[in-house]
Amino acid sequence: MLHQLFKFKGGVKPPTNKTQSVTLPIAAAPLPSRLIVPLHQSIGGTPRPVVQAGDKVRKGQLIGEADGWISAAVHAPTSGTVLAVAMQPQPHPSGLDALSVVIEPDGRDEWIDRQPFDYANATPDDTRRYLQQSGVVGLGGAVFPTHGKLTASRSVAMDELIINGAECEPYITCDDLLMRERAADIVRGIGIFRDLLQPKRVLIGIEDNKPEAAAAMRAAVAELGENFEVVSVPTRYPAGGAKQLIRVLTGKEVPAAKRSTDLGVQCFNVATAYTAWRAIAYGEPVVSRIVTVTGNVHAPRNYEALIGTPMDELLALAQPHPDTDGTVMGGPMMGFLVPTPDVPVVKATNCLIAHADRLFPPKAPEMPCIRCGACADACPHELQPFELYWHARAKNFGKTQQYHIFDCIECGCCSFVCPSRIPLVQYFRFAKSEIWAREREKNAADEAKTRFEFKQFREEREKAEKAEKLAKAAAAQAAKKAAEAAAAAADSSPAAPAEAAVDPAQAAKKAAIEAAMARAKAQREAAQPKNTDTLNPQQAEELAAIEARRQAAGLTDAAAGTAAVDATREAKTEE
Amino acid sequence: MMTAPAPFLLKDASVSRVMTQVCLALVPGIAAYAWLVGPAVLIQLVIASLAALLAEAVMLRLRGKPLAMFLSDGSAVVTAWLIALTFPPLAPWWLVATGTVFAIVVAKHLYGGLGQNPFNPAMVAFATCIVSFPALMAQWPSVGLQMPLLDQIDIILGLAPRVDALSGATPLDAMKTALKLGDGEIDVAHLLANQDIYGNFAGRGWEFVAAGYLIGGLWLWQRRLISWHAPLAFIAAFVAISGALWLYHPATFANPLFHLLSGGTMLGAFFIVTDPVSGCTTPRGKLIFGAGAGLLAYIVRVFGGYPDGVAFAVLLMNLSAPVIDLLTQPRIFGMKDES
Ligand code: SF4
Ligand code: SF4
Repeated sequence: MLHQLFKFKGGVKPPTNKTQSVTLPIAAAPLPSRLIVPLHQSIGGTPRPVVQAGDKVRKGQLIGEADGWISAAVHAPTSGTVLAVAMQPQPHPSGLDALSVVIEPDGRDEWIDRQPFDYANATPDDTRRYLQQSGVVGLGGAVFPTHGKLTASRSVAMDELIINGAECEPYITCDDLLMRERAADIVRGIGIFRDLLQPKRVLIGIEDNKPEAAAAMRAAVAELGENFEVVSVPTRYPAGGAKQLIRVLTGKEVPAAKRSTDLGVQCFNVATAYTAWRAIAYGEPVVSRIVTVTGNVHAPRNYEALIGTPMDELLALAQPHPDTDGTVMGGPMMGFLVPTPDVPVVKATNCLIAHADRLFPPKAPEMPCIRCGACADACPHELQPFELYWHARAKNFGKTQQYHIFDCIECGCCSFVCPSRIPLVQYFRFAKSEIWAREREKNAADEAKTRFEFKQFREEREKAEKAEKLAKAAAAQAAKKAAEAAAAAADSSPAAPAEAAVDPAQAAKKAAIEAAMARAKAQREAAQPKNTDTLNPQQAEELAAIEARRQAAGLTDAAAGTAAVDATREAKTEE
Repeated sequence: MMTAPAPFLLKDASVSRVMTQVCLALVPGIAAYAWLVGPAVLIQLVIASLAALLAEAVMLRLRGKPLAMFLSDGSAVVTAWLIALTFPPLAPWWLVATGTVFAIVVAKHLYGGLGQNPFNPAMVAFATCIVSFPALMAQWPSVGLQMPLLDQIDIILGLAPRVDALSGATPLDAMKTALKLGDGEIDVAHLLANQDIYGNFAGRGWEFVAAGYLIGGLWLWQRRLISWHAPLAFIAAFVAISGALWLYHPATFANPLFHLLSGGTMLGAFFIVTDPVSGCTTPRGKLIFGAGAGLLAYIVRVFGGYPDGVAFAVLLMNLSAPVIDLLTQPRIFGMKDES
């Protein structure tokens, strides 16, 4: 089976360190002492909690309801009692707490009444909704709600469905083991995706350092009579990045500003396909996942762990060595040190690495960039990291956008090769977050400005109306008086005073209106330039440039902005 | 609390390793050179290195930079070696030292130190010295000079008079002078027939030096420390212009091979136009940079008043490198079909 492969530029070959954790089969992790289930476990809206402290829950019971279309439900990972719905520390580099449901297991691990989904008689929309309600999200690390990716573009024919079993990050083997042990269910899950997207071809990409997994998948595909192609791709980080794998298998390059369906291709992780099938065929929502526990440990292994398991309890199973000084969630290229050891396993947790200086020596001090270009050679997105670095460091964010900072997938290849030991990715994250913050501020300011102007307008209008009313009343009164006077005058004096009485009233009315209008105009003029007149010309130019780029990239509103952010994250490692 | 960010794994790379490999790559060329003109070259390497490290240390101290970290990065030594290899091998020690100190202090540190210098420091040193001390910079040992090491040291240190032993010139310079003196009467083929000076190809023995640099350069390329763009463009430009003029009038223009194997062509191609700091960084930029440097070097070498043109050519290209980079930004992933 020869499939034409394409190359992506750049990439690196770090030592894979995968063999340690593949010798033993997947083991079910024992029930932990308590479970902390964050509600926000996927990209998109934060699910609303539907339980409260004291509630009894069963395994698989809904505890967080999807909020909006891009959001996925969250379920109780075991049976027990809800201790609290409260802010808890999270496995997130920000170190911020987030709303979580804390559950004390009752030890019975009792399921809800599981019903298979009547797939054969369901409409595609029903299936998508069902997957959303089952909490199926991308398990390669990007956790994008899967149902949201299961609609083909209306204008572009769906050519390829790519299934990502590349697993390119060092140390991580959870997908490898899943493919070896549960290939049939993965293939069945892929069948669901195929039905929904109707692609011309289905390609399953697996790095060539996992021959067992590839063989198992081939056997399952053959056995189930599917025509999916299992393709071995060269082992090179980040071959498992969604965009890189799409490139390798189809030759298509998905730019940052586009969705892959616009190019007729979509990509899912093998574990995602597996959970989709478990949900459809067994009525099991996503309450657990396979986690590789490795690094500075005595017994590296893959565990099927409940979502919400405190990481320290899971790590303990692999017996970390005493010099372990931290836990990395994810791989050594894109992962991060968790803020506290007991943060929970979430749907994005594919790997826990016990950190020790022995394995990951502290970095040598940062030297100046020597412009050697090693980073540019290594960048899979063909960026110029040293230029990005230069401008990010100078806080010249407009320039970083010119050098395509939002095409950076934060894969870390540039930092990996840099002889000057510059933490390039860190600079890029910083620049991105600064740009987002500014964009948010700008949007907020724009909104405030619009609100302010409207209020002004309304107030002025009301004032003018009031003045008019008053003037009218005055005029009416004056007219009345004049009529009376005239009536009186008809008896004795000439009509002149009556005219004089009407005139001042009309003048007052006119003056009031004019004054109000002038005030409104002056205020409008005063308010208008306020936003921009403190800028120097360079800043103004930069703003204009950013605005233009935003428009060019189709990021003209906040929603599109988030979509782009999500897309970047999605691209990260939809392994 | 550790906050070290990803990636946690790093390739075994450092600036000092890069610089060490550049020095290693120079070794075959140095060996051939020492064999050709005598061990004085090695003395010059030591003098230049010491001067560079001293100047570097002083500047780092003045600028309040960590001494150990930057002294050991090896960049000053690379600069020093390039100076020692481009200056005449029997140049007085103070000339080499002055050039080196100037390179480190002015061309490197006054512009911001490692990674910040817009001009190649070694070329700045060469250009400055050839303008300031044209006579000394043109004194090359006579061809086939056999002089004991101690005598060479004496000359370098100024303990012995700078006599007739130094009446020589590089083959390149010799050719230029001869052609000029001959005033159209002498033709190149006739000159090249003098094997004592020109050997079989370019300058007797110089082809081995060139070959040494070529070997080192190919090794750097194979180790991916340099890309092929700039060297290839540099060499191609040299071949193109020298070939065209040679075809046009072979009597007054030497053939491309002569130009490739003499002067600073090979050293320039692999060790000077490849300097990342002062050169271009984009692939197309490197091509333009290399080709531009090649053309200019040839023009200065053949039509200008100096024995070789690589230094001036490189400095001129350094000047234009930022603009070239800006205009040659590569298309990024996913944006290749867009104009
Ligand atoms: S790898 Fe490091 S030193 Fe080299 S150009 Fe990139 S940032 Fe600069
Ligand atoms: S982290 Fe960004 S800039 Fe660095 S190699 Fe990856 S994509 Fe390129």
